[in-house]
Order: sequence, then C-alpha cells, then structure tokens
Amino acid sequence: MSAPALTRGFEVVIGLETHAQLSTASKIFSGASTQFGAAPNTQACAVDLALPGTLPVMNRGAVERAIQFGLAVQAKVAPLSIFARKNYFYPDLPKGYQISQYEIPVVQGGRVDFVLAGEPRSVRLTRAHLEEDAGKSLHEDFAGQTGIDLNRAGTPLLEIVTEPDMRSSAEAVEYAKALHTLVVWLGICDGNMQEGSFRCDANVSVRRPGDALGTRREIKNLNSFRFLQQAIDFEVQWQIDRIEDGLPIEQATVLFNPDTGETRAMRSKEDAHDYRYFPDPDLPPLVIAPEWVARVKAAMPELPAAMAERFVRDDGLPAHDAAMMTQSLPFARAYEAVRSGCGQPKLAANWLMGEVSKRLNAEGGSIESAPVTPATLAALIARVADGTVSNNGARQVFDALWAGESTSVDALIEAKGLKQMNDSGALEAIVDEVIAANEKSVAEFRAGKDKAFNALVGQVMKASKGKANPAQAGELLRKRLGA
Amino acid sequence: MNTAVHTLGVAALSRALSARQISSVEATQALLAGVQAHASLGAFLATDAEAALAQARVADACLAQGQAGPLTGVPIAHKDIFVTDHARTGLPSTAGSRMLAGYKSPFDATVVARLHAAGTVTLGKLNCDEFAMGSSNENSAFGVVKNPWDLLRVPGGSSGGSAAAVAARLVPAATGTDTGGSIRQPASFTGITGIKPTYGVCSRYGMVAFASSLDQAGPMARSAEDCALLLSAMSGFDERDATSAQRPPQDYHAAMLRPREGATATRPLHGLRVGLPKEFFPAALAADVNGAVRAALAELEKLGATLVDVSLPRTELSIPVYYIIAPAEASSNLSRFDGVKFGHRAAQYADLMDMYKKTRAEGFGPEVKRRIMIGAYVLSHGYYDAYYLQAQKLRRMIADDFQACFKHCDVIAGPVAPTVAWKLGEQGGDPLQAYLADIFTLPASLAGLPGMSVPAGFGEGGMPVGLQLIGNYFEEATLLHSAHALQQATDFHTRMPTGFMEPPSSLRSQPPEGAQAALGAARREA
Repeated sequence: MSAPALTRGFEVVIGLETHAQLSTASKIFSGASTQFGAAPNTQACAVDLALPGTLPVMNRGAVERAIQFGLAVQAKVAPLSIFARKNYFYPDLPKGYQISQYEIPVVQGGRVDFVLAGEPRSVRLTRAHLEEDAGKSLHEDFAGQTGIDLNRAGTPLLEIVTEPDMRSSAEAVEYAKALHTLVVWLGICDGNMQEGSFRCDANVSVRRPGDALGTRREIKNLNSFRFLQQAIDFEVQWQIDRIEDGLPIEQATVLFNPDTGETRAMRSKEDAHDYRYFPDPDLPPLVIAPEWVARVKAAMPELPAAMAERFVRDDGLPAHDAAMMTQSLPFARAYEAVRSGCGQPKLAANWLMGEVSKRLNAEGGSIESAPVTPATLAALIARVADGTVSNNGARQVFDALWAGESTSVDALIEAKGLKQMNDSGALEAIVDEVIAANEKSVAEFRAGKDKAFNALVGQVMKASKGKANPAQAGELLRKRLGA
Repeated sequence: MNTAVHTLGVAALSRALSARQISSVEATQALLAGVQAHASLGAFLATDAEAALAQARVADACLAQGQAGPLTGVPIAHKDIFVTDHARTGLPSTAGSRMLAGYKSPFDATVVARLHAAGTVTLGKLNCDEFAMGSSNENSAFGVVKNPWDLLRVPGGSSGGSAAAVAARLVPAATGTDTGGSIRQPASFTGITGIKPTYGVCSRYGMVAFASSLDQAGPMARSAEDCALLLSAMSGFDERDATSAQRPPQDYHAAMLRPREGATATRPLHGLRVGLPKEFFPAALAADVNGAVRAALAELEKLGATLVDVSLPRTELSIPVYYIIAPAEASSNLSRFDGVKFGHRAAQYADLMDMYKKTRAEGFGPEVKRRIMIGAYVLSHGYYDAYYLQAQKLRRMIADDFQACFKHCDVIAGPVAPTVAWKLGEQGGDPLQAYLADIFTLPASLAGLPGMSVPAGFGEGGMPVGLQLIGNYFEEATLLHSAHALQQATDFHTRMPTGFMEPPSSLRSQPPEGAQAALGAARREA
C-alpha cells in the first residue's frame, strides 16, 4: 500500500462499526414480526416488552445470516460463541440490558475488498457479532413527555467491526459501500439506510506520520454515505485544530448534526457506562457445527467478486465492466439474462452501463422494475448485432420500449422505419446520386480533405433517410471514388 | 365429607374424585373455606373462588365423561413467583414484591399451564420471599408466613407460603421454586416433601427470574408419590426456555414405583448406595437435626441401602460462590423493574433518573436491594474477574466434586438445614446468619443436581426435620423411589400440625353455593 495522503500533515485513522439489520421475519429472541412501519408497540410481544417471566430464545435464521456473512468475508465462524448481557437503564431498553455478544463473537476476523480510485483495497474485520436492537424513544408529540415504541426492540442486528485500517473519509465510504453491497447481495440485510437497516459508527483519530495511534472519538449512527463522509471530514479538521492549538483530544462519543455538518460530544469517557457484561444465563452458548456451516454455504449465492471474475474469464468483459455488472445481485442477474439472450457480452454490458443505468439513475428505479426487460433488451441488441438497426436507431427503439409504446423490438423498428438499408443495389444508386450532386465535395475529397468525405457520407445518410448502414455507405463511396 | 378433603393428599384425592366420592367443586369449596379460615397463617396472597370453581366444574365434567387424568380436579396453589394469566385465573402475580403489587400477567407460566392442562384447579397464589430471595419468608412485601407447627416460627423460604399451605393441609400440593434451597428448606421446616429437579427439567418460562442459572421449579406435597404425580405434569421440554432440557416426557410416578433390581418387600432399597459427605455432618450441626437425620439413614439401611462415606470438600465455599452468582444474575434480571412499562412507578419525580431511583427505592425491599447491590458490585469493571469469574470456576469444581462422589454412591444424603425452623424475627435482620444456614442446599443448586427434602422426624420444640437426598443429573426417579420407600416404612410425612384440619365451627356445615361465591368475591377485592 502506498503511503497515505496526509491532511494538513496528519494521517487520518478510521475504523467503522456497522449495524446491519438482519432480514429475518421475526425478532432475534422472540416470535414478533420485524416489519418496519407498523403502529407503535403493535409488534412487541411479551418477550420484547420484557414482561416478568419471559425468556429469550435464539432465532436460527439470524444465526444463519451471520454464518453467511462470515463465509462471505472469509472469516472464522466460531464453533461456539457466547451471548452476554450489556446492562444499562434506558426507557426504550425493556429488560434493562441488551443481549449482545461480547467476549466471544460468532464471526471472527475476515476482510472486505473494494476499489478506491482504481486501486484495490482491503479492510480487515475484527469481528461481527449478533445482538438485539433497542426500541425507540419519541420525544416529540407528547407535551414534554417521552413516548416509547418497542416495535424495533429485539430486531436482529449484526454489528460488523473493522480494524482501524482506513486512511480517509473516501476510503471509509468505499468500504461502507462495499459492505452494503455485500450484505444486500447475500440477502441478509435489506440495506435500507433511511429506515436504519444499515448504519455506521465511525471511530476517528489523527496522528503525525510514524506516531502511535491518536485518541479516537466515535461518531454515532451515521445513516447515509454522505453523512459518513461529511462527519469524518469535519471531525478530522476539528481534531487537527485542537492538536495545533496544543489541546488534548479526549475519548468521547459524538453525534453528527446533518443540518450544521458538525459533530458534537454526547458523552465523555468519564461518564461512560460500566455495562457489567456477563454471559447471559438464559441462553446457552451458541454452538455452530461444521455441518450447519456447510448447509448454509451450499445455499449461498455466488459472491460478487467470484462472479465478476467469471464475467472477465468467460465473457471477456473488461474488469471495469465486470465490476459494474456485479454492483448488485439483481443487476448481475439482469446482465446474465441479457447476455444469454443476445450472445453479445460486451454489447450487453455497454447497454446496461449506458442507456439502462442512465435512465435508472435519472428516475431512481431499480433494475428489477425497469420497463425494458432483459429479454427485450437482448432482442434489441441482437438486431444491432445483425445490422438490422443502427446504434442510433436502436436508441430510438429503446426510448420507445422504455416509454411503453410496445414490447416488440421488431414491430418498433418496422413502425419507426428504422430498418437499415442492407440492400446494396439501392444504396449504390443513392451513392451515385450523391456523387453526382456534390461535385465540390468530391473534388475536395480527391484533393485530400477527409472532412469532405464525412460530408458525403452524411449526404448518403440523409438521402436514405437514415436507413443506410453508415459503414456500408462509406465503403461504397470509397469504392466508387476509387479511393 | 368435605372437611375430610383436607386429609387427602394428591393421590388419595385423585382416587376419591375418580370414584366420584367427591366432586372437584366440593373439594374446591371446602379447601377455599379452609384457606379463608386460616388466612392469618399468611400462606395465601390471593384466591379467586369464582375462577377456581369454574375450573372445578370443567374438571367434574371431564371426570363424569371418564376423560380424567391423575390430576383432574385436584386443587393446588402456585407460589406467586409463577405468573398466572389474570384473564383466566383472576389472580395477580406479585413475586412477593411491592414492585408487582396487583400486576396482571397476560399469560401463564409454562409450569402453571401444564398443571392446568393436566386438569388441576388453581386455588390461588402463595406467599413467598420477595423475588424468591430469602429463607424465612420474612422478606415478603405482603407479610410473613407462619409455620403451622409453631406459629411463632418461620416456615422457611423462599417457598414459605407453599410449605405452610401444604403442611397445614390447606391444599394437597403446591408449586415451589428452588434457587439455593427454596423448595427443600421450607419443606424440611414444615415436615412436607419437596423436590427440586435437575436444572432444566421444568421450564422457567413464566417464573419471575431471580437467578436464571439456578432457578428451578418443583412440587411440594405431603409425600414422594404426590410429588411424582405433580412433577410428571409440570416437567418437560419447553421451546420457550432455551435452558430447558430436551428429553421425552417422563412418568415419574411409574418410575418411582418400579422395584429396584434384587429388591424384596422388606428390602426395597436393596443395592442402593447412599453417600454421606462428611462436610454435611459438621460438629456444629444441631444435635436434634443430626439425631433425626441419622435415624432416617438407619431406616434407609434397614430398607436395604448401604451407607458410604464420601466428601464434598468445597461445601463451605458454596456459600460465597452462590452469594456472588445469584446476586449477579439477580441484579440484571431485576433491571426490568424500572417503572417504565409495568409494575410500580413512583408518583412524583423530577426527571428520568429520579423516576428510576424513587421507583426502585419504593418498590424493592431491603433484601432485594442488598442483592442487587452485591450483584452490581461483583459484575462491575475491575471486579468481575476477581469475583464472578472465580465463582464460576469454583462452581464447576463443586459440580466435579459431586461427580467424584457419584462414582461411589447412587444418592447423597444429609440434612437439609443445620437447624429446625427458627423463630420469627430471630435473625434480627442479620442476613449473613440466614446465608450461612443455606450451606447444605447450595451445593446441589450450584451443580444443577436434583435434590429433595423428605420428612425425617422431629427435633427441638417438636419441629420437623428433613432428610436431604441429592441425585445425579436426571435421577429424580431414584430420589422419589428412595423417599417413597422411606415413607412406606415411616409415618413422619403423615403427621400434621394441630389446629388446621377443622375449619372453624361456623364453616363446618357446608354453606350454600351462593354464599361461597360471595366469600370468593370478597377475597378477590381484598
């Protein structure tokens, strides 16, 4: 790895803790639904409310998702891990403790690979552990009182912790995006950042090159990539200002205010909780037999890196295209469908990166709900490849398909008169007419002006009402002009 | 006939019900009248006559249709550490704490639900030490329970209400829970039979948690046979308790009656090796307890058992180990009582922290507060390794000591408690004295082994003395079989305190049903 770029002479050191909400139908320790957006406290059962006498029971689906993640990041899936209680009082924490994993997490080590400014990067993971989410405190609308919604209490989370391996906010964002892609790809998290399904805490410190690690401050609950970048950038400048003013950095938890773009200390180390962690006696150690891991592995989708490699190897795609085709599992599936339908991998990739992505970006849609299906796009690309329609003509057909005018590529080509003139006799006649009618351009071309040739091709296209194949027209012109 | 109901244990009452000599409604009415008459004993916290009679009528219908099991129509009562569905039973679930005064649970504990499914009639809820913390029942927020054998003495705890109610023959049987001896010690103090099964045999779902790794439910009744009948119904795997043992359902009654290999009528315990840990018979053991226990052991020998000397060298250490682990778990388990969602909340408070402090200061009694503080301390940063981790290591060693013993014996025997029941208030609020008295019950709790108290005779002041039997994991049937053999040869378990069998003369003739219902309603309001 090349020496990291410095900020005002300081090296930036970042580690991320990401909470990914696992996509189980029911909660991690109860049978209540995890559906987002229900009326307050309608999805909290006796266990979630911590009613006297209730006990937690582990949701195997949450464990399987953790195993999938561990396998995907090449981590160790612990054969035995321990649930612990993290004790603290808060109104939206019904039991007065959170069940989490402390000393022995389910996923140990691992790495996430991604590309930063064209360079391959790898961030090491410390661990990933299972835990339950708390409820929500609602401070508005209750006339000075606080409302508690326990629908979220007990929602399964996988907390993914990195080593302090990132050296810039841009790198942190790329890591977070790669992680986001991975968990969504695996189907273990819906990745919905607005709903809080994927949120990051950033541990940030700065140091002069060669020094020991500086004191870190932890920015909590960043729920967009933009906020992640802004918060780290602000925090780095703040810390460097302090150090340059000769002031110490104190370990603290800080919150980012998206409105001001600033971070502000929430609590310092002094008033940090003593969480009195101890193994939860209600839950036996989580034992994961090798057979269970093998079963989960067998059911896992091909991972994005492996799939991109395959697209390069088998389809001859450039690495960049292969990376673009594996930006998400649905996108990759769409690519595979288009490519199989038309037998043109590179054209398929071009269309998906070009026209399709352009429209999806502009309209904010997803590939699965795009109005042009992979089969239709494949049919269109096949018509480009066999010369039936020009690229320009194909774009017009694509517009019409997208607008829903028709779902038949051939009918649209016909209706719009976009069929290329592949009849060389008719084209020859047009070429002869153009040569006869444009003596000046012909003379200029013969005098060595290439521009004049382009003008002649343009005239042929015009005379053919765009139906001529430009390459074929050029070829004929040269032949006739004896060039 | 109805007053005679009080003389019947579970098995006998079951036979009478099946023979249609008495109806469940009649039995329920008679028992409710007794509960009412002896309210001053302090054993019952709540009854709901209407709900109980409704259950009895269902049971009578089953009996009439010949669809009855061995417990159909048998009235029992539950230690108030078990939650009971308020809508079904009309009963609050308090755990003996002001924190949960009037708390209405929306569901039944699994143990309660299973006993209900087996056809028992829930007569009411029984007093106990607050959150099951105590060994005298003096820590209940709702008053002390008196020992039926001497009303100036404690019944033991924390299942003191259960023990007193069974001893006074107010109910044929009751549920109890045992964390460090809370079934065995009160059973010993009141001359009844109680068994704490192997950890995991009974579901903890719906038991208000004290110390999760130790808490275990069990039956308290007049005989080993009655305990076996109840245990069969209340035990078994429960998917709602992750620590519950995954085993097929057990018929403890049938297993208890199965003769040992080589047994004869006079020597039913032939071949049974009974281990006597020397640490269970220290010089300081009260002479009356020692005498009664030794006599019972001699009786076991006569019945064919052989006595073997064994050693549990860490017996004394079980006291500090238990009083680290149990409070540690309790301090966390009781965090949910914060005034936010259910239970007591202070009336006036300045802010959130003030609400927490006042709610918990008002809601918890002194022993509960003491254990929360001990527990929070031993779990706190910098002390965890020195206390909690060390205690866990010792706990494993204590369990290993038992396994070493079981190489030489089938059951371990000794006293349940160092003395007979002490006088109410005698400990003068010195908690250490009470903690030290737990010495013989704590080791089996820490090891998760089944333990039992069997009436063994009487000591100072005519107070009952219990023999403790400890078995290896899931050897409940061996304990019950041994206890049953002893009870076939002795009559300690049939002796009863005076003054309880006969309801006051005003209630002796059966009042009309309407009057009973009115009494029930009045009790419910109280």
